[in-house]
Amino acid sequence: MPEILRSGRAIGARMMAHRLFWPLAALGALLVVNLIATPTFFNVRIQDGHLFGSLVDIVRNGAPVLLVAIGMTLVIATRGIDLSVGAVAAIAGAVACVYIVESPADGAAGAAVIAVSMALAVCVALGLWNGFLVAVVGIQPIIATLVLMVAGRGIAMLVTGGQITTVNNDAFAALASGHLLTLPVAALIALGVFAATQIVVRRTALGLLIESVGINPEASRLAGVRSRTIIWTVYVFAALCAGTAGLIIAANTHSVNANSLGLWIELDAILAVVIGGTSLAGGRFSLTGTLVGAMLIATLTRTIPNIGIPAEANYLFKALVVVIVCLLQSPKARAVLQRRREPVPTSRGEVVA
Amino acid sequence: MSQAEVKPPPPVVEMHDVSITFGAVRALDGVSLRLLPGEVHALMGENGAGKSTLIKALTGVYTIDAGRVRIDGVETQFATPAAAQRAGISTVYQEVNLVPNLTVAENMLLGRERHRFGRLGPIDRRDMNRRAAASLQSLGIDVDPGSELGSHPIAVQQLVAIARAVDTDARVLILDEPTSSLDADEVARLFDVMRRLREQGTAIVFVSHFLDQVFEIADRMTILRNGRVVGERLVAETTQLELVQLMIGRDLQVLERLDQAAHEATEEAAEQRLPVLSALGLGRKGSLEATDLTLYPGEVVGIAGLLGSGRTELARLLFGADAPDTGELTVKGSSGRRLRSPRHAIDRKLAFCSEDRKAEGVFEELSVADNMLLGLQASRGWLRPIPTATRSALVKEFMAALDVRPADSSLPMRSLSGGNQQKVLLARWLITEPDVLLLDEPTRGIDIGAKTQIQQLVADLAEKGMSVVFISAELEEVLRLSHRLVVLKDRRKIAERPNRGIDINDVLEIITGEPGGVAEKERADA
Repeated sequence: MPEILRSGRAIGARMMAHRLFWPLAALGALLVVNLIATPTFFNVRIQDGHLFGSLVDIVRNGAPVLLVAIGMTLVIATRGIDLSVGAVAAIAGAVACVYIVESPADGAAGAAVIAVSMALAVCVALGLWNGFLVAVVGIQPIIATLVLMVAGRGIAMLVTGGQITTVNNDAFAALASGHLLTLPVAALIALGVFAATQIVVRRTALGLLIESVGINPEASRLAGVRSRTIIWTVYVFAALCAGTAGLIIAANTHSVNANSLGLWIELDAILAVVIGGTSLAGGRFSLTGTLVGAMLIATLTRTIPNIGIPAEANYLFKALVVVIVCLLQSPKARAVLQRRREPVPTSRGEVVA
Repeated sequence: MSQAEVKPPPPVVEMHDVSITFGAVRALDGVSLRLLPGEVHALMGENGAGKSTLIKALTGVYTIDAGRVRIDGVETQFATPAAAQRAGISTVYQEVNLVPNLTVAENMLLGRERHRFGRLGPIDRRDMNRRAAASLQSLGIDVDPGSELGSHPIAVQQLVAIARAVDTDARVLILDEPTSSLDADEVARLFDVMRRLREQGTAIVFVSHFLDQVFEIADRMTILRNGRVVGERLVAETTQLELVQLMIGRDLQVLERLDQAAHEATEEAAEQRLPVLSALGLGRKGSLEATDLTLYPGEVVGIAGLLGSGRTELARLLFGADAPDTGELTVKGSSGRRLRSPRHAIDRKLAFCSEDRKAEGVFEELSVADNMLLGLQASRGWLRPIPTATRSALVKEFMAALDVRPADSSLPMRSLSGGNQQKVLLARWLITEPDVLLLDEPTRGIDIGAKTQIQQLVADLAEKGMSVVFISAELEEVLRLSHRLVVLKDRRKIAERPNRGIDINDVLEIITGEPGGVAEKERADA
């Protein structure tokens, strides 16, 4: 018996040391809370060949944050940050909606395809701008992307003429509410981008070079890494992800409001990245972690009304959960937890001579 | 020995047999230091000799592992720098640690502000300015105490930092490289202030790499090498040559003597070949005067010179790590312009191992294999990853060839010792198959075993036709390995000659401009 206990404890300790243990534990806990509040929470049914249920909703509604967070992960890994993603999402939504409204056949699928392509092309340009400011001009990322964060809303307003633009296009709306193989399209897009990104960064050398730039920019330069290209690439990619998220949000409401589309989504995305264990200091990153982080945030958003927390306390509750997860992940808190079991050797400063 | 006619005053600081160990590295090994009131005491030694560690041991930044520190004869151990400061030991670092957007007076009295109507009353600026003015004047520093600190040049800011340190009744003032960014006039001003303080009885510790300055201002010096004291001398009784010999030291380890005759044969053959790289008038303002250098395949060119002589700067200019402002660089006959970035240099088959492994070489969080392959991967671009089979073959080959230990390439780089990290960095460059290998201090801070292996490797590479530039603070090592010797001093090339029948004394003679034999004889007599 003690044998089993001891090995069980060892496995437990190893699990707890894993980077994703606490985010996953928090996700599990939230789901359990929901299940207690609503016993049918885990129920999934098929209706008209579509999958329905709270869990499906969580993935579908979490798609925009997940998309933005995927791009944000790569940007953060290069020691950067992109605050402009919300504004970029708004511009993408605005461009697509205005194009559809003004095209002669505004209900045709063709119009939706062109609108989406145009919106994404604009996002590439916006990403190039951010990358230019960071990689070429050398402005600190937080400031460089703040420019577009503020100006981007203005651009989106100009595109929509300050009006809430409403579209009636089934093909476009399908981005958010459509289903493919019983699954919601929005979730498929986000998970597809996740899988594709994961494959590209780990199968090519992009992931390694991104990490090297984030870990030690000077050593990267001396090793011949084309840091400028790498940094440019991640900002363009982040803008594309943000644009796609913006399109999904616009499609969901059949409209675009330049003032509110994607507002504060950068904060949710950054949170998802941090909860997923990628350090804001750059370097090693984990897209899987980001996936867990984004799902945690989506579940949280769903939990709040489900367990009857008043809407006013929404942000407070969200902040509370996030603080707890981040605390449990912090090395200091872990050291405290570990010290109960074994003394932790304190590391000493490096040799300075 | 003349028994002291004037009995020296009791030392204000006595450090006895102090040792500090970081992990496996002994940063200070039984070091003793005494500081007398009213003297300027120079702390000398090459990089890594232990000067900074010694200062930090004295001022409570590091905890000492063994040994005693006595202040005014009382055994003391400072827990924090603040405690040291309260006991009258103040340090002014190279970078001024003051607040640029406050006034001079505010900076001088930071944390000791003068208030009107008691402690909670408003700050009395007039009184603060008056007090600051008085202490600045006593040191002969002419600055308006009401002006913003940031509006003054670094030299003045430094003087203010000194005034602040002294104003807190410092009896020991430590100046760490105070002159490294000052011009001659500014140095003269600083020395005036230092002389005044000396007359007032302050003990001043002066750390500088500029020998002339040390000989101008210092009274006594303690020389460190590899964490040990190798001498304590009166400046008046020491020559520059003697000092440099002590600082650089003799490599006493018996290394396999590389065959000198073979060197000369290669070297003569080299002269008939085409140069692989030639630099004409390559220079950069503030780092190196216009310098010519030609490299031939299959030869090792040793760069000798003291710290700050421009040896690192030369390598960085050749590699494009710093962009040169003058001169031309031709690589392999292709009449090229000078290289603007490391990327260009690597494309032209150059490689450069920086002296600062930690900041400019290793990626601590990445695996050993990734660290090794990063140079090649960077050249291929991200779209063309190195195929897995090639990857593992290369890593396996170079782990074995350079004897990297532990022999597990999946470990994070952070877990390797300095010597093994250095081998991995060498492997990174060797994998790119360079024609020219620029090595800046490749053996610094690594253990003897790895050191010998790296030296052997350099000789082998040259034999296979690579052109190697070898920079090291250890003259013995430079002389052992190189076919040709370039000597730098004060950011200028002062000599270049084939390495035939040259010994350390000859090189020191070139550097100091003093005959080496004399000092050698004096030492033998002593």
